[in-house]
Amino acid sequence: MLSTKNIISIDDLSIDDINLIMENADSFYEVLGREFKKVPTLRGKTIINLFFESSTRTRTSFEIAAKRLSADMINFSASTSSLKKGESIIDTLKTIQSMMIDLLIMRHSDSGVMNFIAGNIDVPLINAGDGKHQHPTQALLDLYTIKKSFKDFKGLKVAIAGDILNSRVARSDIKLFKRMGMDVTIVSAPMLLPENLEYFDSNYVYDIDKIIEDIDILYMLRMQFERQDRKYYPSIKEYNRFLSLNMERLKKMKRGSLIMHAGPVIRGIEISENVMNYAENYSGFKINTQVTNGVAVRMALIYLMLGST
Amino acid sequence: MKEKASILNENDIERILKRISHEIIERNKGSKNLVFIGIQKRGVPLAVRIAKNIEELEKNDLKIGRLDITFYRDDVASKIKPVIEITDIPFEIDGKDIILVDDVLFTGRTIRASLDAIIDFGRPKTIQLVVLVDRGHRELPIRADYVGKNIPTARDEFVEVRLKEIDEIDMVTICQAE
Repeated sequence: MLSTKNIISIDDLSIDDINLIMENADSFYEVLGREFKKVPTLRGKTIINLFFESSTRTRTSFEIAAKRLSADMINFSASTSSLKKGESIIDTLKTIQSMMIDLLIMRHSDSGVMNFIAGNIDVPLINAGDGKHQHPTQALLDLYTIKKSFKDFKGLKVAIAGDILNSRVARSDIKLFKRMGMDVTIVSAPMLLPENLEYFDSNYVYDIDKIIEDIDILYMLRMQFERQDRKYYPSIKEYNRFLSLNMERLKKMKRGSLIMHAGPVIRGIEISENVMNYAENYSGFKINTQVTNGVAVRMALIYLMLGST
Repeated sequence: MKEKASILNENDIERILKRISHEIIERNKGSKNLVFIGIQKRGVPLAVRIAKNIEELEKNDLKIGRLDITFYRDDVASKIKPVIEITDIPFEIDGKDIILVDDVLFTGRTIRASLDAIIDFGRPKTIQLVVLVDRGHRELPIRADYVGKNIPTARDEFVEVRLKEIDEIDMVTICQAE
């Protein structure tokens, strides 16, 4: 049903694929709101969650999505596996594949590792995040969240703020948002940017105040300390001055504009403690909505990948 | 698809739905405990029309839900539906008499899936099935409680129901693949 067997990068999906996922997500979202939150659609299908890097929301989100569709979901943790005994990653994957599974969902800290893996196994693969490279399902759930608030994607002004250099979310989101016709501005400091900024084909500012009054969506990124091999920013104070969302900036934002974040939020760095506490009263604050939408979008994706095989 | 015969026109459909509305009231001794569920897509406007007829006769308000059965199909693997329609049952069904409405009754597999879906929402007192057309060829032990018209068909024929709400015309025809 989708034009691609594997979803490694957001570019693997055609515009038709993306529209199909968006159109179907509402029906899966409805299932989540039921008292009995399970449908028998994918009975007898087996899905493996293979996470080589820590995750709470993505892993749980995929697990809930699979279980709501009645697929069997097995969580495979790299730290307690034979990888510890010295088995290579390919041999581990071939072993898992030999257990006759239908779909592999994988996260790994090495950027680009998914292409190598997909070339060595036959099972369909969803990339749940590979290093600094891509996180396609995050981009899809972000797009779905935006779709629910705006009539049309074309011309929406999005600012993506923070650690672009180390962010796979930014790489997937910017690509997808641009393809859907949105106007993307990167808000960051030179040391948090990749060398080839032109790759993103987006506007750039270093100071969040330059765009805060004008945007429809503010997408905040977390500082990826686990991927930063050196100190990229002089101090948190400096970061707060140019790149953080505080109450003063929140008040300047347009009516109906959205605040988004892939989570986890580090309070006091990208978003202030005050804003986080106030957020529940503000309908444009979508961080928790994104999580719910993520389950619906992943259900739609798994259905479209497995329902047609 | 080649059109072979026109079976029902606008007036026929209107008369059938009026008759079925009366039958529903008669069998249920009124309409107090009734709720309506239309099966996506063309069962939905039919459910709305029947409920409207009964509301006029009984001077009351009736609840109507919509059900898409894609999640409950037994052939998800072979026939994936491109876009799944919305399921919306915004009322309690426990203890209710459900009037389940679809356009065509054929193999019975859609109804089997609908029954499973409804049971996931609660425990109705009864489920009664309305179909505009029964074309035979059942593969499961399922029958309708209210039938608009029995139309004997060959297996390779196709019954096309068109309704104003979706297709801008009320019409039932038999077609054959060319």
